[in-house]
Amino acid sequence: MDTIFALTSAPGKAGVAVIRVSGPSAWRAAEQLAGALPKPREAVLRRLKDRAGQVLDEALVLLFAKGASFTGEAVAEFHVHGSVAIQRAVLRELEEMDGLRMAEAGEFTRRALENDRLDLTQVEALADLIESETESQRVQALRVFAGALGERVEDWRRDLVHAASLLEVTIDFADEEVPVDVSDEVRELLARVIAGLDREIRGMDGAERIRTGFEVAIVGAPNVGKSSLLNALAGRDAAITSEIAGTTRDVIEVRMEIAGLPVTLLDTAGLRETQDPVEQIGIARARDRAMTSDLRVILSDERGMPDFDVSDGDIVLRSKADLAGEAEGISAKTGQGLDALISQIGERLSDKVQSAGLATRERHRVAFLDGRIALEDATALLARGPDSYDLAAEEIRAAIRALELLIGRIDVENLLDEIFSSFCIGK
Amino acid sequence: MKHRDFDVVVVGGGHAGADAAAASARMGARTALVTLTEAGIGVMSCNPAIGGLGKGHLVREIDALDGVMGRVADQAGIQYRLLNRRKGPAVQGPRAQADRKLYREAMLREMKATPNLTIVQGEVVDLMMSANTVEGVVLDDGSELRCGSVVLTTGTFLRGVIHIGDKSRPGGRMGDRPSVRLAERIDHFGLELGRLKTGTPPRLDGRTIDWSQLEEQPGDEEPVLFSFLSKAPAARQISCGITHTNERTHEIIRDNLDRSAMYGGHIEGVGPRYCPSIEDKVVRFADKTSHQIFLEPEGLDDHTIYPNGISTSLPEEVQLDYVRSIFGLERAEILQPGYAIEYDFVDPRSLDLRLAVRNVGGLFLAGQINGTTGYEEAAAQGLVAGLNAAMEALGQGSVHFGRSESYIGVMIDDLTSRGVSEPYRMFTSRAEFRLSLRADNADQRLTPRAIELGCISEERRAAFNAKLEKLSSGRELLESRQFAPKDLGAMGIQVSPDGQKRNGFQLLAFPDVSMKTLTAGEPAFEKVEPEIAEQLERDALYANYIARQQKDVDALRRDEAMTIPRDFAFAMVEGLSNELKHKLSLARPENLAQAAKVDGMTPAALSLLLLRLRRHAQAKSA
Repeated sequence: MDTIFALTSAPGKAGVAVIRVSGPSAWRAAEQLAGALPKPREAVLRRLKDRAGQVLDEALVLLFAKGASFTGEAVAEFHVHGSVAIQRAVLRELEEMDGLRMAEAGEFTRRALENDRLDLTQVEALADLIESETESQRVQALRVFAGALGERVEDWRRDLVHAASLLEVTIDFADEEVPVDVSDEVRELLARVIAGLDREIRGMDGAERIRTGFEVAIVGAPNVGKSSLLNALAGRDAAITSEIAGTTRDVIEVRMEIAGLPVTLLDTAGLRETQDPVEQIGIARARDRAMTSDLRVILSDERGMPDFDVSDGDIVLRSKADLAGEAEGISAKTGQGLDALISQIGERLSDKVQSAGLATRERHRVAFLDGRIALEDATALLARGPDSYDLAAEEIRAAIRALELLIGRIDVENLLDEIFSSFCIGK
Repeated sequence: MKHRDFDVVVVGGGHAGADAAAASARMGARTALVTLTEAGIGVMSCNPAIGGLGKGHLVREIDALDGVMGRVADQAGIQYRLLNRRKGPAVQGPRAQADRKLYREAMLREMKATPNLTIVQGEVVDLMMSANTVEGVVLDDGSELRCGSVVLTTGTFLRGVIHIGDKSRPGGRMGDRPSVRLAERIDHFGLELGRLKTGTPPRLDGRTIDWSQLEEQPGDEEPVLFSFLSKAPAARQISCGITHTNERTHEIIRDNLDRSAMYGGHIEGVGPRYCPSIEDKVVRFADKTSHQIFLEPEGLDDHTIYPNGISTSLPEEVQLDYVRSIFGLERAEILQPGYAIEYDFVDPRSLDLRLAVRNVGGLFLAGQINGTTGYEEAAAQGLVAGLNAAMEALGQGSVHFGRSESYIGVMIDDLTSRGVSEPYRMFTSRAEFRLSLRADNADQRLTPRAIELGCISEERRAAFNAKLEKLSSGRELLESRQFAPKDLGAMGIQVSPDGQKRNGFQLLAFPDVSMKTLTAGEPAFEKVEPEIAEQLERDALYANYIARQQKDVDALRRDEAMTIPRDFAFAMVEGLSNELKHKLSLARPENLAQAAKVDGMTPAALSLLLLRLRRHAQAKSA
């Protein structure tokens, strides 16, 4: 039986988040993370550390013995601080452990049920909750795949169906007039999917994201008050973690933490029409950098809006509100609107973190990794030629199963459709 | 108990009927096999061959359960070929050309020699009913056979229509009568019906074929037989011939397409995509200028040749024209024209995992009537239906085969939970646990179940136990000897110099390590018999993959074991969406594994279902 884990408190930023681990390896996992274990049902404070010994958080650790827990299995719970970054780091650490995997929606309840641990009426109430949770996960997944990733996933699906059907045609229709050696063609298809998965994995690697943090660009015309705002923000309650002069002289970066998320504020070159070729380059870079940022704060003043396309979700503000004597807007000088701005930035970024949903994102990442491993194994087996097509096909099947969450179920009928439309079968 | 003439009546003596009757009789049920004529038992109405990919697996499984098809095929095999011989053992399928007459004779002998089995000649024209339960059959002479359960294996007899060009007439296979009254009775049950079609090629006179010009396809030098009990082919071995269609052939077909029953709009049934007519091939793959044809002799003392690859429903004279355009067939005579046959089938979703009709008591269906094609698929269903019909009649419960243990289980689950959209044929790709469901280990997988059921001969039981004993002691021997990387280097086996010792069985999983290589380094391995050594090699090859799949297998078995009672009201499960309630009520899954496959099912909904099942069980036992 696998040991499963998941965030069991509501996703997102909260005061305390509860991560539950259930199954035969639960206590071992707790020991690995927290060191010496407490007695069951006695909460202790422990430092959770990753494999490298780096402290992840200080957390309450609580154990339940097999037969005396919610699921009926050995259970460990970690009550960690609620920041998304911490939750994610702990989940990541668990995921790396042998024999552990992230729980499916409703899986804790299912185990409790199977082990006769639940009063039946209790489960019913839970079932409603789980149903809605599953639904929201589904909606989140839909949202992710409606976008650009959706198209890439569609390509992977097509390539995998084609690759699998090529192998299956040599296996199931060996006594027909069909190709014998399809290694090269299949390898090419798999290489495409592997490359695609690699790109996604790199892009969505949460650890990477947490190290580099989010970028928030402050955009506006020269002298609109960008630098003053940056300084004001940096000087307030947010802790400055480092201040680096821009790698180019066009962008100043300041790192700070907003809403528990690492954020790099960018002060970009003022946008304006210019004949100066050096300044033109600077402005072009400022635009690019602002466009690739996670969020933009766009400042306007009495001259109006800067020459910049506002994207959905950007924050647009009137600067130097003190001079204009306006109640709305922001002033670096008086501090007017700064708190509101910080909480607005925090909200928008938290939205971004959660828009895919922490669990969904993690699930996808795991699916990408598992899929890639299986496809690499398949590629290695292809090199042995048709003798090992049964094994290569099995690895592709494993990859498809891993990626099912993303690419949808591919069943034998899909492969047969592909085979019958591509080959004249029927001697 | 009411008077019974028999415990079980099996209607039809084709491949489904023969294995159904034999299985029922092996279970100790007094069984009647009703057939139009004794000569109709074991008739191969389509191509004269048994086995193939996926199908050979089924035959081995039937044999492992002591069914008849494998043994009979080995009496009649005249050319054996192991398909995919150069690929992994999991996807190798035994196949043989069979002598039609030898097959029929062997099958009749087998049926006559089976204790508890009586052959009754006659036509079943109706079923005897008591309320909603079948109590017997009525024969055309008015006589009645009362029984506990009935297995219908009537193939394409349900409203069968034969088409040759624009001519059509009612009929089952060529020369047989359709059963109209029986069809009306089945209509009366209100089962969902569909319509399918299949085709056959013209049969040629072998004496008019110029064999000297043609490529020859011999059988394997070391034939691989079907039955675990067979040692050598019983009949003389022969070769098949190979020829090809050409552009002239295709031109003739294209010019006459409107005269084909299929293309002339006379046929509405859906045909199998993997077995298209030559008309279909010419139209759908227009850029192919040639298609392969296997010329398969139908028997040792029979001149009939089955040209595999050119099934058709064109008019007779066009068939002769295109046949004679083919190399080597320029002077060929047609003995019997090709034809297409359309027939009704019962949507197999109306059946449960025993192949019993869900809303009619005591009635089981097997074979082509369930929308499948192929002798092997039919026989495997016959076996399952026969076992269960006997168990029902004798009040012994039921037997199910799971997807993780057999192709039989894969097929029955596919049929009863997904239905069919074209004639269903087995492929190895349908089995998600293909690497462990091999033709070579069918006995290891299933014979223990047959022993448990008590449907197995003493001879087979003893042979199996002896083999199992040898396998386990062979494996122990292999596992007892550890090899360090440097020992292996000396034996010519490359492993990473990690200092890790590996035992003999683990080493066998390496692609280029065989028992021979190991024996070179450890002479003690010599005492493993060659046949056992080969089996150990095959077991070792997949051991790692099978271990990896074990978790999935366990989960599936657990869900398959959680059965859903027939009277379970899905509509009453609070918390399920109306859509899901509706889908579940329609699909009527028999266990949790089937429920999980219902479109739109979520883990949460499954938990909810599990909960209700628990409560249902509690209420029952209280």
